[in-house]
Amino acid sequence: MSSSAVEPSVFNVAVAPPDALFGVLAAYKADPSPQKVDVSVGAYRDNSGKPWVLPVVKKVDAVLKDDPTLDHEYLPITGLPDFTSSSAKLVLGSNADAIKNDRVASVQTISGTGANHLGALFLSRHPPTTSSGPTTVYISSPTWPNHKQIFANVGIAVKEYPYFDPKTLGLDINGFLAALESAESGSIILLHACAHNPTGVDPTEDQWKQIAEVIVRKKLFPFFDCAYQGFASGDLDRDAWAIRYFLSKGLELLVCQSFAKNFGLYGERAGALHVVSATKEISTAVKSQLAVLQRSEISNPPAYGARIVAKVLNDPTLFNEWTGDLKTMSGRIKEMRKALYDKLVELGTPGTWNHIVDQIGMFSFTGLTPSQVAKITKEYHVYLTSNGRISMAGLNTNNIDYFAQAVDSVVRTA
Amino acid sequence: MPSVLVRRSACAVASCAARTLSAPRAATPLRPVYAISGLRTISAWSKVTLGPPDAILGITEAYKADEFEEKINLGVGAYRDDNGKPYVLPTVKEAELRLVSQLLDKEYAGITGVAAFTKLAARLAYSPSSPVLQEDRVVVTQSISGTGALRIGGEFLARWYPYNKTIYVPTPTWANHGAVFRDSGLEVKSYRYYDKATISLDIDGMIQDLEAAPENSIILLHACAHNPTGVDPTPEQWRQISDVVKKRDHFVFFDMAYQGFASGDFDRDAYALRYFVEQGHQPVLAQSFAKNMGLYGERVGAFSMVVDSAEEKKRVDSQLKIIVRPLYSNPPIHGARIAAEVLSDEGLYKQWLVEVKDMADRIIKMRHLLKQHLEELGSTRDWSHITSQIGMFCYTGLTPEQVDTLRTEYSVYMTRDGRISVAGITSKNVKRLAESIYAVTE
Repeated sequence: MSSSAVEPSVFNVAVAPPDALFGVLAAYKADPSPQKVDVSVGAYRDNSGKPWVLPVVKKVDAVLKDDPTLDHEYLPITGLPDFTSSSAKLVLGSNADAIKNDRVASVQTISGTGANHLGALFLSRHPPTTSSGPTTVYISSPTWPNHKQIFANVGIAVKEYPYFDPKTLGLDINGFLAALESAESGSIILLHACAHNPTGVDPTEDQWKQIAEVIVRKKLFPFFDCAYQGFASGDLDRDAWAIRYFLSKGLELLVCQSFAKNFGLYGERAGALHVVSATKEISTAVKSQLAVLQRSEISNPPAYGARIVAKVLNDPTLFNEWTGDLKTMSGRIKEMRKALYDKLVELGTPGTWNHIVDQIGMFSFTGLTPSQVAKITKEYHVYLTSNGRISMAGLNTNNIDYFAQAVDSVVRTA
Repeated sequence: MPSVLVRRSACAVASCAARTLSAPRAATPLRPVYAISGLRTISAWSKVTLGPPDAILGITEAYKADEFEEKINLGVGAYRDDNGKPYVLPTVKEAELRLVSQLLDKEYAGITGVAAFTKLAARLAYSPSSPVLQEDRVVVTQSISGTGALRIGGEFLARWYPYNKTIYVPTPTWANHGAVFRDSGLEVKSYRYYDKATISLDIDGMIQDLEAAPENSIILLHACAHNPTGVDPTPEQWRQISDVVKKRDHFVFFDMAYQGFASGDFDRDAYALRYFVEQGHQPVLAQSFAKNMGLYGERVGAFSMVVDSAEEKKRVDSQLKIIVRPLYSNPPIHGARIAAEVLSDEGLYKQWLVEVKDMADRIIKMRHLLKQHLEELGSTRDWSHITSQIGMFCYTGLTPEQVDTLRTEYSVYMTRDGRISVAGITSKNVKRLAESIYAVTE
């Protein structure tokens, strides 16, 4: 037993502010009200409000556990080859010229966050030749809160481009394009491939074309964050349209790909980073440098989640089952959007609510003000983030009426 | 001279090896490339040079490409059974089967990981009765195996260590330590450790260097089974090291990747860590379950810190989360759940200890066999270090040139510092290995 007194610490560590979202969840958990509704959750829930392991994933779990050829050996630094090659095809398109001509450097990452970090780190160490000054990234206003920290962490300056228009509850395309016009050559532009988080507002195809035109002309670098492919519309190709359009324009770009939501693999941390370069030779060099960066942080990525995805993507029968599971999730989300819209219209709730059905994916920027949010939480035990974002996954046939009534009430008495 | 020594053709492997292990090519000069649309554009990445293959993992790549049937891979430190095959520990397999049949969800773990795992990992390292655990003075976060733990620790120190942000690592050390710590933002220096002449610990040189380092330096210590040399301090030498560390107010960072694997005894292998804690040091620890649970690719590890108080623990915990969140948000659950199951189930735990001891024992046996064969061949060298060193690795004393020859002429693969993974030796290949080593050293 130690008899010496504890030495004073060498550290003078300040307490860090807790994650805002975590605070909302903690408050929800502590609330004893039987009517409480959690619409802050960023993970899919079934109609009973429970986490949902996709049937195809359950099937593959069972297959993997009985496979005598499997072990837990290290993956290569850049990940499981069957996983990285099939996920590249999934997002870039199996007939993509970039894939056919070996111009894609793919690395398995720790889900979407890991891909964003590795992509940002790569860019900070190897700034695009098109940029002459310090590397800058433009992120949408608003965006996923972690984006800012991911780039700041690796020393890349962060600027914002206008995105969400609070007046229309839609896209501020003019503000967006103006910001791109003003950006220096070689600036990185962070784009949400589909199902924008947190607003749910996506550009139309025509708007994507306008965005691409400026990016090409101003020599900006597209950094796609793709966390909802298949989850947004239910159609994998449709959700990848913007990325593939940009590729068809001959652009070099980067895609961060997450399988957390579309495979429900959240905690298994399955993701990938794909960097598309102009030539095969350059792509080989890029991949080798990504491997160097990966080695000094994690050595090699976690195997299990990638094995599940690889199995599904490479087996036509399992792949079809997966697309069915995707439609189940995206379908339920769309139903909830429609049901909420219908209910608010039925109640005659003041304001227009089209944005609920026009927005896409898991999240919706309702337009509720911070004081309305505070009120709905206090009086109705409805939990969401103060920016008015709700997760449609938290709604179901059991709570949608109550939720609509609560929204109606706080809007009327604002 | 050995009569049955298969000497393979130099040609096939040499070109392959040259391809994979050559120095990086010079940067391609900036030149225009054609994009799909036909416009001449300059690639954003035209200045990116081809990076070198990894010193350790690159060996396995070269080995895989070798077509010679009796090739031997002594590169990466992954355990192999006596048939040269990866070994899934039966207790780990059992734990995994149980978990999968429980049909658990796959929700995100918290930023600091699977709570059941981190708690048990700390108990395994520090011992359940340790006062620092009783007093709730240990902060733990799950990490991406040992590498990830080193990275989190390096980053934390780079941000919060108030003194010189320089870490001293032993000479030699694991090939990846330098890169991990530099990327974290620390400067990396070294202290004497391995004495080539005696093939043992240069304790005097080590103490002198720790004494000479500026006060309050960060010192990396391998808790057991030093990688790559296999040379560990004795308990008496650990006491000397602890004394000089205290004298100079140094800060200790333990890297423990082989607990249980070194001697076969988990408490014995944690001696240094626990002694230092007892002596009042407040070290940080990178802990890996890659080897002792065979969970390599599932990336199971933990980073922990012994702090002042339960109150400081909260503050430090909050800052560790700030570090992890923009790197990867939260760690993978599969391997951590398996580890937690093994550590928490009495039956599995007891059986696991036996399986780890068996692995350690097989390695010890192979050490003896290799030495025996070399002596029987009539080698005039002193090979006693093969059996006096401990853990997965043996620092053979072979030169880089000899290592290259072994690769190109004998299809025996090891890192160029002469380190071999004893786990890659089997009763079937040990004779040919001895013959090969004998051939290049006589």
